[in-house]
Amino acid sequence: MQDKVFDLIIIGAGPAGLAAGSYAGRARLDTLIIEKEKDGGQIVITAEIDNYPGSIENESGPSLIERMAKQAEGFGAQKLYDTVTDVDLSGDIKIITCKKGVYKCRALIIATGAHPRPIGCPGEKELIGKGVSYCATCDGAFFEDMEIFVVGGGDTAVEEAIYLTRFGRSVTIIHRRDKLRAVQGIQDRAFKNDKVKFMWDSVVDELKGEGILESMVIKNTKTGEKTEIFADPEDGTFGVFVFIGFLPESALFEGKVAMQNGYIVTNEKMETDVKGVYAAGDVRITPLRQVVTAASDGAIAAMQAYHYLENL
Amino acid sequence: MLDLDRNNFEEEVLKAEGTVFVDYYGDGCVPCAALSPFVDEMAEKYGDKLKFTKLNTSKARRLAISQRVLGLPVMAIYQGGEKVEELVKDDCTHENIENMIKKYI
Repeated sequence: MQDKVFDLIIIGAGPAGLAAGSYAGRARLDTLIIEKEKDGGQIVITAEIDNYPGSIENESGPSLIERMAKQAEGFGAQKLYDTVTDVDLSGDIKIITCKKGVYKCRALIIATGAHPRPIGCPGEKELIGKGVSYCATCDGAFFEDMEIFVVGGGDTAVEEAIYLTRFGRSVTIIHRRDKLRAVQGIQDRAFKNDKVKFMWDSVVDELKGEGILESMVIKNTKTGEKTEIFADPEDGTFGVFVFIGFLPESALFEGKVAMQNGYIVTNEKMETDVKGVYAAGDVRITPLRQVVTAASDGAIAAMQAYHYLENL
Repeated sequence: MLDLDRNNFEEEVLKAEGTVFVDYYGDGCVPCAALSPFVDEMAEKYGDKLKFTKLNTSKARRLAISQRVLGLPVMAIYQGGEKVEELVKDDCTHENIENMIKKYI
């Protein structure tokens, strides 16, 4: 592997990386996708995805990604699982250092995506997996017949809250404003659902418990008043699922490509300020973060990389 | 890797001699499924020094909760009937898992 130089390396096998892999492979670029954990990124923890154009009935994140991954593989894109620890973008040949090896390429697509934003309150970190979760499909079942709280007010928070009604005896959405941000169609479904309740103008101030979530302090954003909510003594605990946005996975590229607030700056060709380096998906500045936009970015980036390589 | 369930957990983990590794996973937990091949690799590599087991929490929820597992994935080490160490969710990286195993062999 030492002297081999790929035409294109794509960091990340979410929808952006997989779409880029398909287009690059189809254009006969010698392409390597490097993924640190699992194909699909953020979308694979979603039980249902109904707004990806052309998604089949009962499409789940995993089912859609499975087809995307197969497709990229079919077009010849190679994939390996490793964690990138450093990138050198200073030369014509980019050097991608990973835990298990070093890889070189002429063009690079950064498709590293994002990770869930935590509340950032005391007690949160300690109680992850002990009542606090960012993954409804992973952990909803643990709270069957118990009280579940969902923090957030956007599409994801409301959709996941509706999903969680199949487990909890009640699902209460805690939102810092007095109006949800989610699109109207999703809001309507939540209002119609008897199990979904709302705590408006509220934020989680603190999460408490010894080895398991036992209570939480809620602060009213308008009055500043704090109230503590305790687990039902019969249950012993309750679930708090957090869906308040995402933070870009861009730390690796700080100082190497232009960024704003951690998001990578690109033009509409997905070009960063470094020649031969592109960014696609949630990691870049974009007005919309969806699977469809990530896939679109990936395709554009791959074709731009193709033209760049043709003209080298 | 030994498959655990509600019926054999006590015998195979809590009453076992020596150190036991437990992979807590669940149906529909994609991050768990993604880790599964690596855990199998660890069982291959260290299986003679450590007992490797896994529990599908979707079929043994109360048991999981009784073991203070309310979020997946969890990789845990048991000794003398006690959970002595665990990695929860995002901390379940390949590196962390192998380092934890190496501590107990």
